Amino acid sequence: MTDLSATAGGAVEAAIAAGAGAAEAYAARDASREVRAHGGEVESFTAATQSGVGVRAWIGGRVGYAYGTDLTETGVAAIAARAAGAAAVADEDEFAVPPEPARLEALPGLGDPSVETWTATEVADLALAIERTALSADPRIAGVEQVVYADAVERVAISSSTGIAGEYERSDCFAYLQALAEGEGGRETGLGFGLARGPAGLDPERIGAEGAERATAMIGATKPASRSCPVVLDPTVAASFAGLIGGGLGAAAVQRGRSPFAGRLGEELASEALVLHDDGRDREGPASAPFDAEGVPRRRTALIEGGRLRAFLYDTYTANREGGASTGSASRHGYRSLPSVAASNLVVGAGELSFEQLLEQAGDGVLVTDVAGLHSGVNPVTGVFSVGASGRAIRSGELAEPLREFTIASDLVSMLSGVRAAGSESRWVPFGGSVKTPPLLIGAMAVSGS
Amino acid sequence: MSELLDAAVAERVLTRALANGGRFAEVFAERRQGLAMSIDESRIEAVQAGAEEGAGVRVVEGGTTYFAHVDGLDPADLERAADEVAAALRGDRREPRPLRAEAPSPLPIELRPEEVPAERKAALLRELDQRARGAGAEIAQFTSSYAEARRQVAVANSDGLLSGDDRTRTRIGAQAVARRGAAVETGAETLGAHRGFELLEGDPGAIAEQAARKALTLLDAGPAPSGSMPVVVGGGFGGVLFHEMTGHGLEADHVQKGASVYVGKLGERVAQPLLNAYDDGRLPHEWGSDAIDDEGVPTQKTQVIEEGRLTGYLYDRLTAERDGVAPTGNGRRESFRHLPIPRMTNTYIAPGDASPEAIIAAVEKGFYAVSFAGGQVDPATGDFVFGVSEGYLIEGGKVTRPCRGATLIGNCLQALMAIDAVGDDFFMKTGICGKGGQKAPVGTGQGHVRVGAMTVGGTEL
Repeated sequence: MTDLSATAGGAVEAAIAAGAGAAEAYAARDASREVRAHGGEVESFTAATQSGVGVRAWIGGRVGYAYGTDLTETGVAAIAARAAGAAAVADEDEFAVPPEPARLEALPGLGDPSVETWTATEVADLALAIERTALSADPRIAGVEQVVYADAVERVAISSSTGIAGEYERSDCFAYLQALAEGEGGRETGLGFGLARGPAGLDPERIGAEGAERATAMIGATKPASRSCPVVLDPTVAASFAGLIGGGLGAAAVQRGRSPFAGRLGEELASEALVLHDDGRDREGPASAPFDAEGVPRRRTALIEGGRLRAFLYDTYTANREGGASTGSASRHGYRSLPSVAASNLVVGAGELSFEQLLEQAGDGVLVTDVAGLHSGVNPVTGVFSVGASGRAIRSGELAEPLREFTIASDLVSMLSGVRAAGSESRWVPFGGSVKTPPLLIGAMAVSGS
Repeated sequence: MSELLDAAVAERVLTRALANGGRFAEVFAERRQGLAMSIDESRIEAVQAGAEEGAGVRVVEGGTTYFAHVDGLDPADLERAADEVAAALRGDRREPRPLRAEAPSPLPIELRPEEVPAERKAALLRELDQRARGAGAEIAQFTSSYAEARRQVAVANSDGLLSGDDRTRTRIGAQAVARRGAAVETGAETLGAHRGFELLEGDPGAIAEQAARKALTLLDAGPAPSGSMPVVVGGGFGGVLFHEMTGHGLEADHVQKGASVYVGKLGERVAQPLLNAYDDGRLPHEWGSDAIDDEGVPTQKTQVIEEGRLTGYLYDRLTAERDGVAPTGNGRRESFRHLPIPRMTNTYIAPGDASPEAIIAAVEKGFYAVSFAGGQVDPATGDFVFGVSEGYLIEGGKVTRPCRGATLIGNCLQALMAIDAVGDDFFMKTGICGKGGQKAPVGTGQGHVRVGAMTVGGTEL
């Protein structure tokens, strides 16, 4: 047993000793680095280690949670006691019972040795190469706001009084930049990004070029006229919407009537062109792991297929409320948070059309390359949204002038039924959680500009 | 703050951090404690208690900051972090200046939340739940949350500063869902301050009724209009508009990178002469107030717009050094795990002399945005977008019907210049601002404000 598993096990014992009827401990330790570069120089270099434990205690159907960074024996005992104390304040809930152990299958391929073998200088060079590529890509690139590279190796151990015991290690890294282009009509920004298990998996030239291309493409952008028209969502934008849809498919929101999908299981509410899975075991997926945040095996779940809503996502608590089984969808933001239902990696199925063919199918419409205000412009209960957007006009099936300062409005369910085609090329996007998606063509959306 | 960061330990850490050179070194130590709970389906749940300690050490040399942070405050771990940072440098040893302890007064807390029994907090949430559900039969759901957080911080640097602060913030939030047939609407309200439990001694339950009333009102809402029109923005949280569209562009890091529309505009006219605006980290007990910032600089009141002219940017130590000015006490960090960056504290448009009624009466056809669900701006381009959580049509100088799903969109240079009336009904509200992956409590405020023309993006074409 490693020291991290021993810490988790000790926390469970301490919680039981403090009066909990059942307990679970989630211990995590990570080592991370971050480089921020600007103007050919490293602006900051961060190296960090973190470790902590979160303890969930059950007293009957009452649940309490406590977390802390003091992993000494007395420190862990104090955290466990606070968890038991917190449980005493909560109200009884008959469905709040700890998960039972299931066989955990290892998930190899979650680590990339380059995270540990690449030196600080090497990852700093990678960040600088991203900036250099963007600056030399086009004379209209006036600068780069910032390049960020970050990586982490995280180890997680979970233990419970019902017999759950598991541990895994995973590495991740990402890099992005915000390029600035100067031209007629002012200044434009463009985002380029990449994510991988280690720095060896990133392509700095591609990231830099993408930021430059997105920024220069926006030069001279104007407001489109208000109308309803076909809309193509590029993968970064499609991912944000997939994330919103994934949020609405979490059983917690559904059971509490706070989802546009509540009561619609099995309905034919989407276009057949839209296929959506949750896949917690895809090796490229940033959120992949052998088990979820409460020790239940991660798996692949078909959410929308053949135009029908096939399933919701469950953790142990929401599954108990319906007498069903968890889909391994408990998630948490490290040891500081209670587990709750969330999608792991959302995977939108790829279609047959190339990007050019998607534009052709759209005919006259709008390509949306960026959306803003998603956290404020979407009603998560009804799915009605109106968000700020920028992108390009599509005329006779080809990209035309850049567009900015407009909104797109619809609701999530209408959008699902309005998907006319999915592109053939998918990519992983860190927006909307963790999403792999191709571009999507939506038949009609309200575009509001001048 | 000697309890958190002993002067002798701090000096050792700074000395080791500068072992291979660096023009500035700093150690920031922090203890964080908090309790949160919520009520949902009329049941108290998610009772969570947290306690964390840790420190961050940074060294600045040339244009580069080297930073390491560790969990725990064991002097050996702090020294290890300092060694890790020093290992990245290649210069000659430098000696930090001897530390001079400063003792700024933290904002006084009358009733320490951690000394109030958790049952009393649970009882408060139950009261909110009952009051919201009592506001109307169409209230289908109600959730509410309580959170208290204490941050004890200590900071020491190689210029000889040793200072600290002890901050306690308390906040409750209420969210109601109203349902009538297929129509479902939400309403939210919050109450928060840099205060202890005394914040909740008045009638905190009123926010539950306010949230419920918003949701109920929206049940009667029609589609929002689309197009360019005069927009009247409500007081208090309406100030988030100024926070987003102007405040972020005044943060010196954005300005120095050329990623702000306010680059080179100091002294220039950016608004009508009726507009004055401030960032003030010293407003007593406001949500964004602290005694010092997270670099040990005392917070201050900074006028950013004076009679329509741009008068100041917001600085942390590094950006101030680069511009050769004094820091403005805006160097904030989410925790010891983050580097300080220039951040707003409490940002507001100072009260004007118009009554809200007069501001609305002058609008023939327009939109009234009472509160926002949030907003976002690209400081480099000035493009912004706001989701309106409560909005109405203005017709013939009168507020008529509620609208759902409206978004305000525009460019901040034009929108700020287009403000042609500022109300006298000033008040502040609380917000959580995100920047560079760090969250910070910020205050926003204003009276009613009218923007002559702005694009409203609705569903009605």
